[in-house]
Amino acid sequence: MSVAGILFTGLHRGSFTDIMERTVATLPFLCRYRMIDFALSNMVNADITNVNVITKDDYHSLIEHIGSGKDWDLARRSGGLTMLPPYLNTNTASGLQSSPRLSELKNVYPSLSFKEDHVVLCDCDTVCSIDLNEIVNDHIAHDADITVAVKNQFVTPEQSRNTIIFDADENGRIFDTSINPSNESGYRNVSINIMVIKTDYLMAIIDDSIAHGYGSFSRDVIAKRADRRNFRIYQYDGAISTIADFNDYYNVSMRMLADRDLRNAVFNVKNRPVYTRVRNSVPTKYHAGCAVHNSLIADGCTIEGRVENSILFRGVKVGRGTVVKNSILFQDTLTGENVELNCVVTDRGVVIRDGRKLSGHESLPFYIGKGKMI
Amino acid sequence: MYKKKECVAMLLAGGQGSRLYTLTEKNAKPAVPFGGKYRIIDFTLSNCINSGIDTVGVLTQYQPLVLNEYIGNGQPWDLDRNHGGVTVLPPYQGNKTADWYKGTANAIYQNINFISRYDPDYVLVLSGDHIYKMDYSLMLDYHKAKGADATIAVIDVPIEEASRFGIMNTEEDGKIYEFEEKPPKPKSTKASMGIYIFTKDKLFDYLRADEADEKSSKDFGKNIIPTMLAAGEKMYAYPFAGYWKDVGTLSSLWEANMDLLGKEPIFDLSDRSWRIFSRNDAQAPQYIGPDASVVNVIITEGCEIYGIVENSILFGGVKIARGACVRDSILMSGVTVGAGATVEYTIVDSDTRLGAGCSIGERREKGGDVTVIGSELTIDGGMKIEAGAQINAAALAALKK
Repeated sequence: MSVAGILFTGLHRGSFTDIMERTVATLPFLCRYRMIDFALSNMVNADITNVNVITKDDYHSLIEHIGSGKDWDLARRSGGLTMLPPYLNTNTASGLQSSPRLSELKNVYPSLSFKEDHVVLCDCDTVCSIDLNEIVNDHIAHDADITVAVKNQFVTPEQSRNTIIFDADENGRIFDTSINPSNESGYRNVSINIMVIKTDYLMAIIDDSIAHGYGSFSRDVIAKRADRRNFRIYQYDGAISTIADFNDYYNVSMRMLADRDLRNAVFNVKNRPVYTRVRNSVPTKYHAGCAVHNSLIADGCTIEGRVENSILFRGVKVGRGTVVKNSILFQDTLTGENVELNCVVTDRGVVIRDGRKLSGHESLPFYIGKGKMI
Repeated sequence: MYKKKECVAMLLAGGQGSRLYTLTEKNAKPAVPFGGKYRIIDFTLSNCINSGIDTVGVLTQYQPLVLNEYIGNGQPWDLDRNHGGVTVLPPYQGNKTADWYKGTANAIYQNINFISRYDPDYVLVLSGDHIYKMDYSLMLDYHKAKGADATIAVIDVPIEEASRFGIMNTEEDGKIYEFEEKPPKPKSTKASMGIYIFTKDKLFDYLRADEADEKSSKDFGKNIIPTMLAAGEKMYAYPFAGYWKDVGTLSSLWEANMDLLGKEPIFDLSDRSWRIFSRNDAQAPQYIGPDASVVNVIITEGCEIYGIVENSILFGGVKIARGACVRDSILMSGVTVGAGATVEYTIVDSDTRLGAGCSIGERREKGGDVTVIGSELTIDGGMKIEAGAQINAAALAALKK
């Protein structure tokens, strides 16, 4: 069995794209990670070492983060990490607009070639530690053409609009596909945006979609050909958190902070570490007079004030007399003395000067953009 | 094809460090963990790369497994190079002889071939057991400006401590006229830091001559330096000012770790212009629990703190349960402290488990020695370890009887 990987980094342009001017793949998450780290680590931990990262516009921070791939052990002579920025010609007219997976594959079609038998396709919008080999083994055991991973979870009509829902028979074979439905509720098989495809079939689909102008796996392939092809679901029952918009981002972060079991299910799984770019930060210093409670803190911070229910990224400084509550402070945020922050998300390099008091609300956290000084 | 290098560094990392007792039982001294996420050798390796020296031979001998694995291809220090980089040099079997390194000079002698490949003009000899930040390129400039055959880095020490060091007596311009090893009545306070720059050809001449001398103990301090001096070679003392600490004893190792603490620490690691690099594990961020108290502490990734920690250094993945109290201590990676346990003035080596309610060491104010617990041990719940005890597997087995 040999498996290659494809990661989509330009999809899911949720409200954080507007608010934070970032793609979900490069969204900083939980002190030291970027969202892509979870998908990349899942691939590496499943011994998938030919990983193709499909980028859209705005991929400079992605390239900076991933570099040669050595921090994920993907700087390889053979295979390893390949970056695939959009390749534009007359067949790939979809250009730079936001587009579904199949369109993105069409954009890079000339660069795709696999000697592996199967390909795992993965988005970068979920926080999870998942054994991809289990999905691949299930896919092979059932001789499936496509296997999509789903989680059976409760959805409200409101939530269902952001989802793709698959209905399968008792054997796991898909017979119906609902894309962004607005009327679904109850326990449904919601796609977690991971699928396994036979390589030959994948290449045939892309060929065919260029000829027919198809653009979406779910709409143009799975929904249309389910009666002729062996499309299956794989039920994933582990922990997974999806981030679709800015509020999700804040809420999922806070849930990871509050729930030790959830944290352990991602970060403390034996043989499945989560890798990220190594920064060589110094350890964090907690000075006399500081008080830190229920907080997740990266290396490289200096803390003199009070930190509660908060998440601090690398190089954050919390000054004397400062109180940080329910907040997320990105890399190199500096707070002066006697600052008060509550439900605030500060982006990289934000400076909050002495005595400033800022507050959002749990339902509407206050975001401060990159490098702003307040 | 080897490219010429102006200066090659040879790092002596084979020492046992026997005065660190159980900490160096399974581990060479340069590989002893330091400062939350480093090992002692990180300082010398980082100094090399920060000084623009990209060709480093690391001479290993005693318990090299951890050290070899740690250095690997040198990538954390940017020493994975096509030309040069870091090379681990263990003793080897030659076609005529197969020898352990008999002394520091012999270790370099046995690797003359390694040095020659890079055809350097100068050789920098370092030891891997000090904590300091130093720009070797300034010392090399000094060596060149003086037209020296050998330059020895020296640091001013208090006169009352000078008799513990090798002391250089120099003329006003820094030229060394006398070298005294541990003099009872020191004439100067310029202590050798064990850092030497040699002009390569001179070094090779003296190494070969020393090798032929059967009475020699093949040591730089005891043989090479005195012989060169006696022969009238141009030798200069390069004055270094700054933090420099030999961490060869348990108390000096403890002190050097504590020097990192505080808002204006005695030794500052956060200086971005002179970064210390290390090999990093993939660990989760540190978590500080709802009732935890952390005051004047250095904490590293992977730690989970629910108890009370004061004036301490915690390495990666340390877990401290609710109600436990850790003070004036160094807990190396993966140590777990059970609920209600107290740890006072103690160094605990990697992956040791301290059971609930156990009591380790004694408050530092009482004046006892630092307590040391070896690696991968399990101290049972409720057990008491006396202040100043040195616990390894054998000592623990005896205690449990």
